[in-house]
Amino acid sequence: MSVDLVLFGGLALVTVLSALGMLFSRNAVYSALYLIFNFSTVAVFYLLLSAPFIALAQITVYAGAIMVLFLFVIMLLGAEQAGRTQPTWWMQPLALSLAGILILEAVYLIATHRSSFPVLQAAMGDFGNPLQIGELLFSNYLLAFETVALLLLVAVIGAIFLSRGRKARQTQSEAKS
Amino acid sequence: MVPIYYYIALSAILFTLGSLGVLIRRNAIIIFMSVELMLNAANLAFVAFARMHGGLSGQIFVFFVMAVAAAEVAVGLALIVKIFETKHSIDIDQMNMMKG
Repeated sequence: MSVDLVLFGGLALVTVLSALGMLFSRNAVYSALYLIFNFSTVAVFYLLLSAPFIALAQITVYAGAIMVLFLFVIMLLGAEQAGRTQPTWWMQPLALSLAGILILEAVYLIATHRSSFPVLQAAMGDFGNPLQIGELLFSNYLLAFETVALLLLVAVIGAIFLSRGRKARQTQSEAKS
Repeated sequence: MVPIYYYIALSAILFTLGSLGVLIRRNAIIIFMSVELMLNAANLAFVAFARMHGGLSGQIFVFFVMAVAAAEVAVGLALIVKIFETKHSIDIDQMNMMKG
């Protein structure tokens, strides 16, 4: 058993267990913290797959920005314990069996097509370094990059519009009438 | 080096856990987090395939997926806050009207 395999197995165990913890903890704050843990371990996988830029973007964007937003909203709403109502009785077994079928099929397909995956060579020295990614991003993918900038702007405007207080909306409608 | 299909299998497991979360949880915020988990599983598969083919396009795509996920979270959480203001609950069983 090589060192790589031990490293992969341990990290995969941590990833799956933290995802399960996210699914089944009663408190939404614990779920968010488990998800941060999960995202951090996936970032380590990105490092193993020689994608350092993506790994650090994962830490800053996902584990940093997005999850802090989640935590803020959970604490703002005081919704840690929400969602106590029981779903219809057949829902949970049905969901579990559907998920079981999905995972069995995926694992079966991957196991039977194992030989079509090429054996990995050790990475070339500078594969996936930020310089290469930046050059590709600003040449081949420039249009997509600019579109994403526009998308983020629209999302910010939409979020501000949605979260305007009720008071602001009332004064606006009063001013109109 | 670990074979690449290990990573693909891990990505499939994470995706299944995410979809399971969407199906069995009733809390809108947890469902939202499960969607993030599914996006993350897809990202892992993208990076693994990029490594397998030795091309960088997969990593660029992950970058775009992250940006779209950030936009989605900003708008989605604003919607959840709005729903909580009108319904005083984020249980998805309570959301059965299009009108607020």
